[in-house]
Amino acid sequence: MEEEQLRALLRDLDALKQRPDDTASIERMRERVLALMNPAAAAACAAAARSKIKDMSSEVVDSNPYSRLMALQRMGVVDNYERIRDYSVAIVGIGGVGSVAAEMLTRCGIGRLLLYDYDTVELANMNRLFFRPEQSYSLNITTVNGFETFLASLKARSSHERSTGVDLVLSCVDNYEARMVVNQACNELGQTWMESGCSIWSDRPREVCGFEYKGVVAGLLVQNALKYLLKFGQVSPYLGYNSLKDYFPTMEMRPNPQCSNPACVQRQKEYMEAKPARDAAAKAKMEAEASAADEGPIHLDNDWNISVLDDDDATTSSIRSSADILPEGLVRELPDADSYPEPPAPVSSSAIDDDLEELQRQLHALNSS
Amino acid sequence: MEGWDKGTKSVVGEIPLLSIRAGPRDGEAWRQRLKEEYRALIAYTSVNKAKDNDWFRISAANPEGARWEGTCWYVHNLRRYEFPLQFDIPVAYPQVAPEIELPTLDGKTHKMYRGGKICLTVHFKPLWAKNCPRFGIAHALCLGLAPWLAAEVPILVDSGMVKHKDDEAAPSEASGSAPAAAS
Repeated sequence: MEEEQLRALLRDLDALKQRPDDTASIERMRERVLALMNPAAAAACAAAARSKIKDMSSEVVDSNPYSRLMALQRMGVVDNYERIRDYSVAIVGIGGVGSVAAEMLTRCGIGRLLLYDYDTVELANMNRLFFRPEQSYSLNITTVNGFETFLASLKARSSHERSTGVDLVLSCVDNYEARMVVNQACNELGQTWMESGCSIWSDRPREVCGFEYKGVVAGLLVQNALKYLLKFGQVSPYLGYNSLKDYFPTMEMRPNPQCSNPACVQRQKEYMEAKPARDAAAKAKMEAEASAADEGPIHLDNDWNISVLDDDDATTSSIRSSADILPEGLVRELPDADSYPEPPAPVSSSAIDDDLEELQRQLHALNSS
Repeated sequence: MEGWDKGTKSVVGEIPLLSIRAGPRDGEAWRQRLKEEYRALIAYTSVNKAKDNDWFRISAANPEGARWEGTCWYVHNLRRYEFPLQFDIPVAYPQVAPEIELPTLDGKTHKMYRGGKICLTVHFKPLWAKNCPRFGIAHALCLGLAPWLAAEVPILVDSGMVKHKDDEAAPSEASGSAPAAAS
């Protein structure tokens, strides 16, 4: 960890060469060096900051940092908002959407945040970010080693008394490869996760995909996350946002029963087996809501639209979901794999007789000639 | 395969296709997949040599076959430019293609992500997705890296971002002249 922090410092120093007058950054880097030299003192410094508040009070006074959040509870929107402090959320990808989502969740009082990103966080990005680079996991989750680290960190017990692992994973990555990896990890762990993404369409890119748009996406993602964690409102399986037209398509995401991923198929099976229990719970909830209907509006309306996918335990392999008609305005990014009726030449379907070492030797021989 | 040149299309047809859908975490299935990868690489290298277009060397960098390293080269104006290459096999392979890296070119071209990962054409990923799991490392080299080099190296050389290693060794001689075509 220390070595990583030192490397990050070195990078930031190089970046600072472009801005020799940036005294604020110099000060911050000085603090980082001091922290590295003396971890105990740094911890003491941190402790001198506002001490943790034991219980969330809904008292509306200036000194209560939670008064506005607890308003949701007072208005009957959320039961027991304080539970938010019990939850931990992992955010994969701390770019435009992820960083805003992380800040929002922090301001909502989330218990624990795990942050992952492959790109090192540079000083150049720090105007958007409120945490220090060494406080996030910096790793490439798509490699074998990175993936194992990712899985282990999701499963690990936190320092809190009760929690094991995380309650929700939010994917805010910007590439297909990383999305597939988060999908794989959550399938294997039976972990609920939500996906988000922004894409730019054709001719007027820069106007519509700036920071403001990412903020909208992040806001909807976090809202969906809070609805899921605190169990209020309706969690959308899929919500799209076309910002040029202010158009919000929704649809059901179904898992692909022919999914090639065995973990996915296993989760689908478990999901189907749990269906009777789910239906009963849903029925009970509807009956409870019907009887409470006289008490006024249940939840606030949400006017925003964000591209949010909600995957439960039966996580979909979303690119390959069974051929449902897509709502207007949505297109598939990648084609499905062709299924060949008969094996195409020159594949031989029998196992290769040569063993691995022999093949390696052959390639090596070719390489040397 | 629209959008690909005839040379590439004819060569790729001679690379054996793979059948096993396994990634580096899949134990014995991955070993079988590796055999298919080697077979394809051996065939592709042989075809290249036969066509006098030998352009890369590659070998597994770890015993699991999850990381690969090697060299590739491109001839521009009769001079050969060499680049080390490396990549990890991603966990979601083969559904996800490997991201080939040319670390010595990092920062020299916009067609590259941080760390030297080459940015492939809009044709490549859909083609890979459509043909999964039949494409392997050899296909990634043939359909990904080779066209990238063909598109980018001439620009890099002509603009001076990349110098031939002979020119680097003797900068005083090369000053004032772009890498000239050897006669």
